[in-house]
Amino acid sequence: MTTLPPNTGLPSPPATQAPNARTAEMDPDEIAEPSQARAPTPSRSEVSPATRPAALSKPGLAVRLQGLRAFYGEAEQVKGVDLEFRANEVTAIIGPSGCGKSTMVRCINRMHEEIPGAHAEGKVLLDDFDVYDPSVDVVAVRRAIGMVFQKPNPFPTMSVFDNVAAGLRLTSHGRGSRSKAAQQPKVEAALRGAGLWEEVAERLHEPGSGLSGGQQQRLCIARSLAVDPEVILMDEPCSALDPIATLKIEELIDQLKSRVTIVIVTHNMQQAARVADRTAFMLDGRLVEVGPTQEIFTTPTDPRTEEYVTGKFG
Amino acid sequence: MSSERLNNYALTPTRKRRDRIARGSILAATILALIPLLLIIYYLLSKGLSSWSWSFFTTDPTGNTFFKNSTIGGIESAILGTIEIVALASLLAIPIGIGVAVWLVEYGRTGWFANTVRFFVDVLTGVPSIIFGLFIYIALIIGTGSSYAGYKGSLALALLMLPVVIRSAEVVLLLVPGALRESALALGAPRWRVIGSIVLPTALPGMVTGVLLAIARAAGETAPLLFTAGATFKTSTNLGGFMNSLPVQIYNDVTSPTTAVVDRAWGAALTLVVMILLLNLIARLVARRNRLA
Repeated sequence: MTTLPPNTGLPSPPATQAPNARTAEMDPDEIAEPSQARAPTPSRSEVSPATRPAALSKPGLAVRLQGLRAFYGEAEQVKGVDLEFRANEVTAIIGPSGCGKSTMVRCINRMHEEIPGAHAEGKVLLDDFDVYDPSVDVVAVRRAIGMVFQKPNPFPTMSVFDNVAAGLRLTSHGRGSRSKAAQQPKVEAALRGAGLWEEVAERLHEPGSGLSGGQQQRLCIARSLAVDPEVILMDEPCSALDPIATLKIEELIDQLKSRVTIVIVTHNMQQAARVADRTAFMLDGRLVEVGPTQEIFTTPTDPRTEEYVTGKFG
Repeated sequence: MSSERLNNYALTPTRKRRDRIARGSILAATILALIPLLLIIYYLLSKGLSSWSWSFFTTDPTGNTFFKNSTIGGIESAILGTIEIVALASLLAIPIGIGVAVWLVEYGRTGWFANTVRFFVDVLTGVPSIIFGLFIYIALIIGTGSSYAGYKGSLALALLMLPVVIRSAEVVLLLVPGALRESALALGAPRWRVIGSIVLPTALPGMVTGVLLAIARAAGETAPLLFTAGATFKTSTNLGGFMNSLPVQIYNDVTSPTTAVVDRAWGAALTLVVMILLLNLIARLVARRNRLA
């Protein structure tokens, strides 16, 4: 295994995703035309990160869970899950409340361990690197794997601009990237990426908490995009939003998957059907079934999946 | 059926009367609580304002309390002494107190050590102020065989302020939503940056209130200063020597047989209240402006 660079803890990316190449990917023009990057899903998912042509948008990285178990104190909430989230695909996780889907997702960027008494066992592989390896810096994991939460939570003391720049500012080591001028292009690119630029361009210096709920959630997505992650985890991102705002987020997810791998936890099965390439069904801390969304909803192999998706329980 | 249910909730005369009585008694309680407050302000203004003059603020007390009004002097040394002593006490107590609160909320949480710290902070909050004075007196004056000094008064006041600052800052820090910390951590921010850039700015307005409460309490304390900073007439900028302060001057003046000196105590009391009021206003303006800096 490659030696881990100090302080980042994560592997330096392959040549095709060198940092300068990434900033080029943030080019607004390209984001405006994401459809060109979207090949038919099944064939694209078979392209491994190494062989993907460089012309394609920045590749997200695949995430694989191996025997993942998560605990709150003694209580085991996730009981050994093996699951792959393919690069540049949207994977939805469905299941009844309390089945451990949020907990599982929080294990992927090691947010689970922030809860007092909670810990996780097993492996979470980002590409080939185990994010639970003792030599890995948890801060670097979270830079590579962003997260959007259930309720929109812009930082209340900050303007729209500062909210998006927060990720850059809070994680930057050098002073150079702290100036507003240096952040401006990245902030604009992230806001465009989140489909919010047109709406807030005139209000960049007003409080982020003054936006509508849907705008706030897209602001939070822009905030996580600004640090240029490989993967974005979304924990029921639309459950606090109205249908129109939800639709916008769903369109956004569809556009974003050309740049990042997306894992979305949802209670809304229609939403899973609309946005996800693959869907995983969880029950009582275990993975019941995973497959192409179409199959999970029409021809599931497990009777429990069928019962759940047809609304017999849950 | 439904009209029957609505009938149960009808606004009968009895219900109206009960409502009026309840509202009336709450209003009466509010007014009752206001009476002593207004009386204090009225007395301070009516008795204190008459002794205010330019020389009242710009001359030191002379100690010649048996002579004519004009020769007893003002309260300059007391004002400056209070400012110096309280400023040093704040400089010591506020950073340490906020540091302790941050540790309790962000790191110690509900561990046994954090709970022990909380217990002792609670005990300290209830300790009478004279005990802090006694502690410093025994430790730094008897213990070292030296004499009174302004900084010793500051230390006694800092001890007094510390639990107030810790407790109020802790409460405000706990109010900062966990979701904000989580989303900052999820961006890949190290914990210390999350605290410095997200948690503390969000909690700032509330912490200002708590800190002001502590300063106001310290500025009005007589007991811890009596045998730590001493009392003197001269204006002093040397925190290593004897230092006058408003509460001690009020304490000394109010027991004087000379009317003019008692009046000076009222003037000094009004000065102390106005000083704390001004501090309050300034801090609030600053906190409001920082809210969205």
